[in-house]
Amino acid sequence: MTFEVKSDILKPEDFKLEGDVKWCPGCGGHAVLAAIMKALPETNVKKENVVFVSGIGCSSRFPYYINTYGFHGLHGRAFAIASGIKVANPKLSVWVVTGDGDSMAIGGNHFIHILRRNINVNILLFNNKIYGLTKGQYSPTTPKGSITKTSPDGTIENPFLPGELAMGAQGTFYARVVDTNIQMMQDIFVKAARHKGTSLVEILQNCVIFNNKVHEEITGKEKRDENQLYLRHGKPMIFGKNSDKGIIQSGSKFVVVKIGENGVTKNDILIHDAHNPDDTRAYMLSRMTLPDYPVAMGVIRDWQSDIYESLLYSQIKNARKNSKIQSVDDLLNHGNTFRL
Amino acid sequence: MKRRAKIIELDEVVVKFAGDSGDGIQLTGSQFSDTSAFIGNDLSTFPDYPAEIRAPQGTIAGVSGFQIHIGQKEIQTPGDQADVLVAMNPAALKANLKWLKDGATIILDVDNFDNKHYKKAGYVEDPLHDNSLEGYTVIKAPITNLSLATVREFGLDRRTAEKTRNQFVSGMLFWLFNRDIKIGEEFIRDKFKGKTDLINANIAVLHAGYNYSETVDAIAATFQVPPAKKGKGLYRNINGNIALAWGLLAAAEKSGRPLFLGSYPITPASEILQEIAKMKSLNAIAFQAEDEIAGITSAIGASFAGRLGVTSTSGPGLALKGEAIDLAVITELPLVIIDVQRGGPSTGLPTKTEQADLLQALYGRHGESPCVVLAASTPANCFEYAFMAAKLAIEHMTPVILLSDGYLANGSELWKIPRVRSLPAITPPLVEENDTYYQPYARDPKTLARYWALPGQKGLRHRIGGLEKADVTGEVSYDPFNHEVMTLIRNEKIEWIVDHIPRQKIIGKASGDLLVVGWGGTYGPLLSAVSDMQEEGKSISLAQFNYINPLPTNVEEIFGNFKKIIVCELNLGQFATYLRGKLPQYKYLQYNKVQGLPFFISELKAKFNHILEEE
Repeated sequence: MTFEVKSDILKPEDFKLEGDVKWCPGCGGHAVLAAIMKALPETNVKKENVVFVSGIGCSSRFPYYINTYGFHGLHGRAFAIASGIKVANPKLSVWVVTGDGDSMAIGGNHFIHILRRNINVNILLFNNKIYGLTKGQYSPTTPKGSITKTSPDGTIENPFLPGELAMGAQGTFYARVVDTNIQMMQDIFVKAARHKGTSLVEILQNCVIFNNKVHEEITGKEKRDENQLYLRHGKPMIFGKNSDKGIIQSGSKFVVVKIGENGVTKNDILIHDAHNPDDTRAYMLSRMTLPDYPVAMGVIRDWQSDIYESLLYSQIKNARKNSKIQSVDDLLNHGNTFRL
Repeated sequence: MKRRAKIIELDEVVVKFAGDSGDGIQLTGSQFSDTSAFIGNDLSTFPDYPAEIRAPQGTIAGVSGFQIHIGQKEIQTPGDQADVLVAMNPAALKANLKWLKDGATIILDVDNFDNKHYKKAGYVEDPLHDNSLEGYTVIKAPITNLSLATVREFGLDRRTAEKTRNQFVSGMLFWLFNRDIKIGEEFIRDKFKGKTDLINANIAVLHAGYNYSETVDAIAATFQVPPAKKGKGLYRNINGNIALAWGLLAAAEKSGRPLFLGSYPITPASEILQEIAKMKSLNAIAFQAEDEIAGITSAIGASFAGRLGVTSTSGPGLALKGEAIDLAVITELPLVIIDVQRGGPSTGLPTKTEQADLLQALYGRHGESPCVVLAASTPANCFEYAFMAAKLAIEHMTPVILLSDGYLANGSELWKIPRVRSLPAITPPLVEENDTYYQPYARDPKTLARYWALPGQKGLRHRIGGLEKADVTGEVSYDPFNHEVMTLIRNEKIEWIVDHIPRQKIIGKASGDLLVVGWGGTYGPLLSAVSDMQEEGKSISLAQFNYINPLPTNVEEIFGNFKKIIVCELNLGQFATYLRGKLPQYKYLQYNKVQGLPFFISELKAKFNHILEEE
């Protein structure tokens, strides 16, 4: 099992690594690193069982900055590498760190397939909506019309919403956080770790050099309360500086309402059910964008389903119990043989 | 039983089965193989099937074939030309007539020899009456009608009833080769286990074919091939793909590192993935990935986590895996990459054989990318070389590319079953927990291999990856001199493997007029051609390479002792090019073929004789 009760409680410092963290000053990555170091002790995992795997990009330098087992892989392929690690040894607590280019473009195929298989791996998707390490080209999540180095006249591509893709790929855990809120990240990372199956956490991250303030409308101090809906399972979908706004469903659509206006009371507001096997509302929540809706934060979906490696190892256990072939000698000598 | 036909004893015989894909040709072929093995014949088989699953019936493109060569002498190839052809329709006859020996016996299903079928096969004249079969012994058997009549009482549907035809053919061959029909019955019982109706119907048809042959006067002579004089022991008939999968499983057991195969289906390598998928009882995992790249990268992940990581593919897949092979080169993790070569470039000839991936395996990657390259040379020794590939990968912490090909993968031969305890030991360079001296890029001075510390082990946390690392410490390093040092070490590590592989063998005298050089799957035809010529007193020897990189130490010594060297390969000269780079002091003649077919012994002998006469 991944989570074991331990006598000596770990501290964030147990994961600190000597040496410089080489992200730009002001990069959102620093806050994510701090939050994960705080979250890991709460997951009750043994420190030697933690593995960080990454692809290529700014975010993917992550394994070099944390004292765990680490594997800095190929562009887009971290999901497949992590799948191999987790399936080879399910005792390990495996984390993938990826970016919007790494996961949505070159690694798009592996991204949807790890979710579909529901391998028990945690994914931290740093979404800064730009290619940072190659210095400022648009990514699959860059808003349409954005001017970047490779779209001097504005992009003409529709962006992906990672949550939409995750739902389409039958993801069982999807959460969204902002890099400006370490406490939120820490809480959600722990929840992601506890989820059995693939957990996807999309981190709205700022790139201070190539896409500064890209999430300002969502994360800015003045606007965040009005523009973020922090979802909690079993709690009404209420937001706003005065907690006076909420979400109701009208027909097949969500509608933002004001409590106290037009006869709307707190009881009319939808209750968030993250554990619902039906992902329709999770999908709708993941698609809410400004200015019509607040952006959903927190755990949008957390549904327990079959896990790839659990099914695999139960098949292995069965085979070991029932097969006549228990060794390679058995294999070589079974079936049609001829004595000369 | 009264026999009218006389029995001719043969040293060896080649039988070719041909019909529509879907006619059960491969089944009849394996039944004949198993029976041959059962009575002690040595054998070599080669199935030849179209890329389409059910190509249009009755057309040349849809012809599926199975060739088997049996004998009382050692059999090295499926044979150039057939002594017996079974043709289920005119297309099968037309496609195979040119591969028949003079005077061969042709059994044909006369029920399919009508104008409709002639047209589909592209015959203008009726081949049964245009003298094109003159010189052959032709047995025109109403196979379809007699099979259908035989199974009428079993109430099978038309399709299933028609499928029993292949057992009529089998029955005829049991009679033609004077074999005990009970062996054929056993094969059917095993094949259709639990389906009583099918068993009874097929056995009835088998007997019908046997009795028909005995009754009609058409067959003047029958054949007998006495048992081979092979060493005593337990044997089985095995093809290259299965032998290869089993070699990996043996290496996993021997090393204590359970197998993880990350692969994507591709012809002709898929059978390896299918075979490993059946072996969960041996703790083996077959991970069917979403693409070729996920296949290899999942295997690299599994290797990092302590399993024997393997990926299997064919040429197009090897191209897709190139970047990841280099990840294994720089992270110095054990990894076996299997390339079952097929005709290229691109999709090329997916079901046909070729050896044109050699330079890709050696050089087809970015950066300085030293890699061990091995090649299996017979269906059965795919076991041995899969085992060796895993042993070298694990003990030297490196990717190893193992080349097989379509000819080895699908071809089969008799294999003396080894004991696992007789296989060499495999010692993974593992680390004890809390080893305070552990550093990710510290090395074993004898092999230059770094040590394999596994996630989950206490006190060994470390990070590896695709960025260049500092010597010993494994920190990310952009230092120019360090990069050169690491590049040289990675290269030297592979070169040093030469001390851990056997010396190159030579078949025949150690010096002479002509040295035939081959590598990998061409061994059977090259050996047969060279042996024949040695018996004729020619000064000719064979060096067949299994270890390509590094080359064995004694190659220079061998090459220097021959007046001429000819390199024979199923490509345009890739090994010759490689040898010219490694040992430029010799002149290399070439014999090349790219027809998707193996070498024929006759063409090789003609070429070698020509060179010997040139002097």
